[in-house]
Amino acid sequence: MLKIALAGIDRLFAAIAASKKLYLPIENAGEVEFSEYSEGAKVRLDALQTVKSAKDAFFPFTENMMQFHTDGKNISVEAAKRVDEDFVVFGVRACDARSFSILDKVFLADPPDSFYAARRAHGIIVGLACHRPEETCFCTNFGIDPTKPETDVTAWIEDGVLYWEAQTEKGKALTEEISAFLEASDEKAVEEQRERTKKILERLPLANLDLSYFKTHPELEIFKRPEWKELSSHCLGCGTCTFVCPTCQCYDIRDYNTGHGIVRYRCWDSCMYSDFTLMAAVNSRKSQVERFRQRFMHKLVYNPINHEGEFGCVGCGRCLRKCPISMNIVKVAKTLGGEQA
Amino acid sequence: MRDIREKLLKKIHELFDAGVVDRVVGWKAGEFCYDVTPALFNAGNIDEILYDAFCGPNQSKFLVKGAEGGEKKILALLKPCDTYSYNQLITEHRIDPEKIYALGIPCTGMVDINKIRALGISGILGIEEDGENLKIETLYGTESCKKADVLLERCLVCKGKNHVAGDELLIPDEEAPEVPKCAERMTEVEKLEAMSPEERFNWWRSQLSKCIRCNACRNACPACTCRTCVFDNPSSGVSAKVNTNDFEENMFHIIRAFHVAGRCTDCGECSRVCPQNIPLHLLNRKFIKDIDEFYGEYQAGAEPNVRGPLISYTEQDVEPSIVMTRG
Amino acid sequence: MQLNDTNQAVPAESGAYKPLIVAFCCNWCSYAGADTAGSSRLSYPSNIKIIRVPCSCRVNPLFILRAFQRGADGVILCGCHPGDCHYTTGNYYARRRMTLLFSMLDYLGIERERTRVEWISAAEGAKFAATMNEFAETINRLGKNRKLRDLRCEI
Repeated sequence: MLKIALAGIDRLFAAIAASKKLYLPIENAGEVEFSEYSEGAKVRLDALQTVKSAKDAFFPFTENMMQFHTDGKNISVEAAKRVDEDFVVFGVRACDARSFSILDKVFLADPPDSFYAARRAHGIIVGLACHRPEETCFCTNFGIDPTKPETDVTAWIEDGVLYWEAQTEKGKALTEEISAFLEASDEKAVEEQRERTKKILERLPLANLDLSYFKTHPELEIFKRPEWKELSSHCLGCGTCTFVCPTCQCYDIRDYNTGHGIVRYRCWDSCMYSDFTLMAAVNSRKSQVERFRQRFMHKLVYNPINHEGEFGCVGCGRCLRKCPISMNIVKVAKTLGGEQA
Repeated sequence: MRDIREKLLKKIHELFDAGVVDRVVGWKAGEFCYDVTPALFNAGNIDEILYDAFCGPNQSKFLVKGAEGGEKKILALLKPCDTYSYNQLITEHRIDPEKIYALGIPCTGMVDINKIRALGISGILGIEEDGENLKIETLYGTESCKKADVLLERCLVCKGKNHVAGDELLIPDEEAPEVPKCAERMTEVEKLEAMSPEERFNWWRSQLSKCIRCNACRNACPACTCRTCVFDNPSSGVSAKVNTNDFEENMFHIIRAFHVAGRCTDCGECSRVCPQNIPLHLLNRKFIKDIDEFYGEYQAGAEPNVRGPLISYTEQDVEPSIVMTRG
Repeated sequence: MQLNDTNQAVPAESGAYKPLIVAFCCNWCSYAGADTAGSSRLSYPSNIKIIRVPCSCRVNPLFILRAFQRGADGVILCGCHPGDCHYTTGNYYARRRMTLLFSMLDYLGIERERTRVEWISAAEGAKFAATMNEFAETINRLGKNRKLRDLRCEI
């Protein structure tokens, strides 16, 4: 295990940023998001979570896929460049780190998504262990250990010192590059912090969420539960839950007419929107009940069916904090599966 | 608040028993003390209705959908500020007051959980009102803060305890507790106006660049009740699911605010629901301030069936060049 | 805002700058005013593109923003003089809307000289030409619109 004093961490960031793009939780106008590091940026490693999850660095909010140029009667097509240089995402929490394995199963399944694959191949993730979870955290229900994120490098912050441990080949290579900034350390402080954190985790109000109902009952039975109507009755149909969610993966592909060509881009889409998967004749899900049900069925039922029992949720708690009407996956799970479990 | 809730439940029972209403839009307790969900209740579960300092959401918009169906009227519980939106919805024929029984309920100011978190208080397990203070139990010990410091934006500039619409009041407005006004409505707008254009531009860029275009501001807004929004209409040329660049961020918010100008009651739902805490109400308030200055004081929703300032005119109106000349 | 993007570079500025100005002109007065200017052999800059609208109140704020999006450096709206609207009151409504919109753009820090409203009758060819020359000069001085542009339209 290696370490560096937090007081000098800016030098480490500058060293990484000198050769690679570096993304960090950075505060802008009061909110923390993963943004590209520049000197003087307000880095907030103390923030437990960013508003959008770290998936933004691999599956961005919006990205260009290709462009069409018209010149008289000729049309030329230009494919967008895939990411071809290594970059570092620093400060990823364990829940967000797990979300990548959920996204991988979708985007890297045959045929792989070349935009996402390129970013995954070139992205180096430095995880940051949690030591002060929020009441809305429930990642432990999904077998996630927030005291040791599954990332290329795992870092812990304790008492003004950042501890550093490479976990993968990529992580070791990064460690090599910046070894001048790190010094050797024992594991005592980290072990103590992990023990302390684990005690807090046991006391979290949502630590023992029982989700077995969704794996033991037939999908159609869950689909037909009358409670969906009441649960969704006040859903505003906004996209907040989907856009802050680390595992939501739906996107739309659109053309933008620039007046002298077309930019084809993709952007996040939300199954909560009335124009989600809009078809020529009709929208496949006409009411908000159906859209609402789709989102939670996907997380709690379809995902486990399609991906060896893995839920499409990592328990980050973002939707619990951000939903305008405070409706969320925990309330849905407890309402539907609370008693049967 | 506890005795208000008791009174409220008693009243709701009476209205159900008398056969006036058969359902009610109320608030339901959540997982924690603060994550209250608006919900529809019927005769069977009235007693689960909650009313405390976290019942902030403006209920009036739910009546657009909620008033449809049902055999009897739907009961709406309106805080004083909600009644402005209620009037505005009646004016715009988006709700039919014949199908609604509106009960005015008193309010002593609603708490914004985000403001508590912004104080650095985390792991919140319980919150209790303790006079002017809030006592907050957390995973990391007990904390406290002043209630006045963590009120919703709309409560800081409270319109007062009087209801401007409704069929009945739970307690007469004169007897309702006074809500202190903590801030001047236009202070923040004036601060921005006093900046140089370059500073203003940068300030708004840093705010609006946070936007994730989740549409929560639009969907929560009681003035945004179009069946199809221009931004969802593929034929409009501006429909989009995200902001692909800063132009679209600006456009979305300018147009959203413009479309509700003269109809916005300044309820502040847009800012309350914004996951990025963008102070969107400052866009709406700018329009309100300009309308007041150019066309005379106007409070949307203060009374029903009034022509708003953007659908009326006088021959002596100021010219657009006033923007250049007023300094 | 887009994170980790490889494809949205700011395009290089080309040498000579020639502003693009969009003029929304009401069919009944100002568009005819442009005609009068032409038949009186009064000149105004060729980089002013006129879009004819049935009435000044047909112009909604999105038109103004989209003109900027697609490369306009200045936008001017011309209609009948107050009291002379072909539809009696259209320009009164347009006046309120544009006042509020321009004030909002100013509030967001966008140069307030880039937008303008003028009332020009069918007979006022000279006013039309003078207004356009003056507006073009203002926009020339301000330079390229950077605050309300859409980079996609420039690649």
